[in-house]
Amino acid sequence: MRTPPRVSRTRRGEYRLRLPPGERDLLRTLPAQLRELLGTDDPALERLFPPAYPDDAEREAEYAGMVRDELAAGRRSALDVMESTIDAERLNEEQVLAWLGALNDLRLVLGTRLDVTEETYARPIPQDDPSAAQLALYHYLSWLQEQVVEALAAGLPS
Amino acid sequence: MVWVRSMLNPRSESYQHSLGTSDGGTEATRAAIGTAPVEVDRPAGDEVVEPDRPWLVIVWNDPINLMSYVTFVFQKLFGYSHQKATKLMLDVHQKGKAIVSSGSREKAEFDVSRLHAHGLWATMQQDR
Repeated sequence: MRTPPRVSRTRRGEYRLRLPPGERDLLRTLPAQLRELLGTDDPALERLFPPAYPDDAEREAEYAGMVRDELAAGRRSALDVMESTIDAERLNEEQVLAWLGALNDLRLVLGTRLDVTEETYARPIPQDDPSAAQLALYHYLSWLQEQVVEALAAGLPS
Repeated sequence: MVWVRSMLNPRSESYQHSLGTSDGGTEATRAAIGTAPVEVDRPAGDEVVEPDRPWLVIVWNDPINLMSYVTFVFQKLFGYSHQKATKLMLDVHQKGKAIVSSGSREKAEFDVSRLHAHGLWATMQQDR
């Protein structure tokens, strides 16, 4: 029996969110955690602000000075949208794009913390792994993000 | 990049049809070297003007971004067809990197910042 996807595009171009309450409660806790982290220089944030000029310190400093605040502001605003629509049944396209960005940012930070590699996806979570819960969260977010992408891709112009 | 098996709804090929036609501006376009008259008596210390070599925007492989997401971002940011976006995504995945756009330094910086806003690992360098 096939369960309907968590996110799907309606004929009217909206996005239907079918998240069980338990998942909403889990997701509800995440934006605030990342928002708090964004104000720090935690190394887990490195994937959110990669260098444009890895071999040119001077140009890189200029680039970072120009875009870093804007990138951080965009990320905060996506987290705000996810937080304020966490109980929604339907999202408009702008809101679902914010969810997509927030889910990806959460995975980038969590994945960096967990030192995820391509092999991480192939093996089961070891029960005695101290980060088993975080790994399970990471896999859940990946699974959910995949469905958000599929729903959005269905709305691309043909 | 990774592919997470969508256990609920495995219809990842459902949007295989070509999407959009905007396909321009991706090949590295070398500006023609001008044929200015040769100055025999160039003053000492005069700067040698290099031809305008384009800047290349490169996306690198990483183990976190989903393959479907990267394809979607290429389509959304650059207006590439699904086919072209998928090819670039596969190049990133299989070869480790791909040139996804090119142009002036300003344009490349703009594209890199948009890719960074979407969490992709992008850098830029001047074409050699």
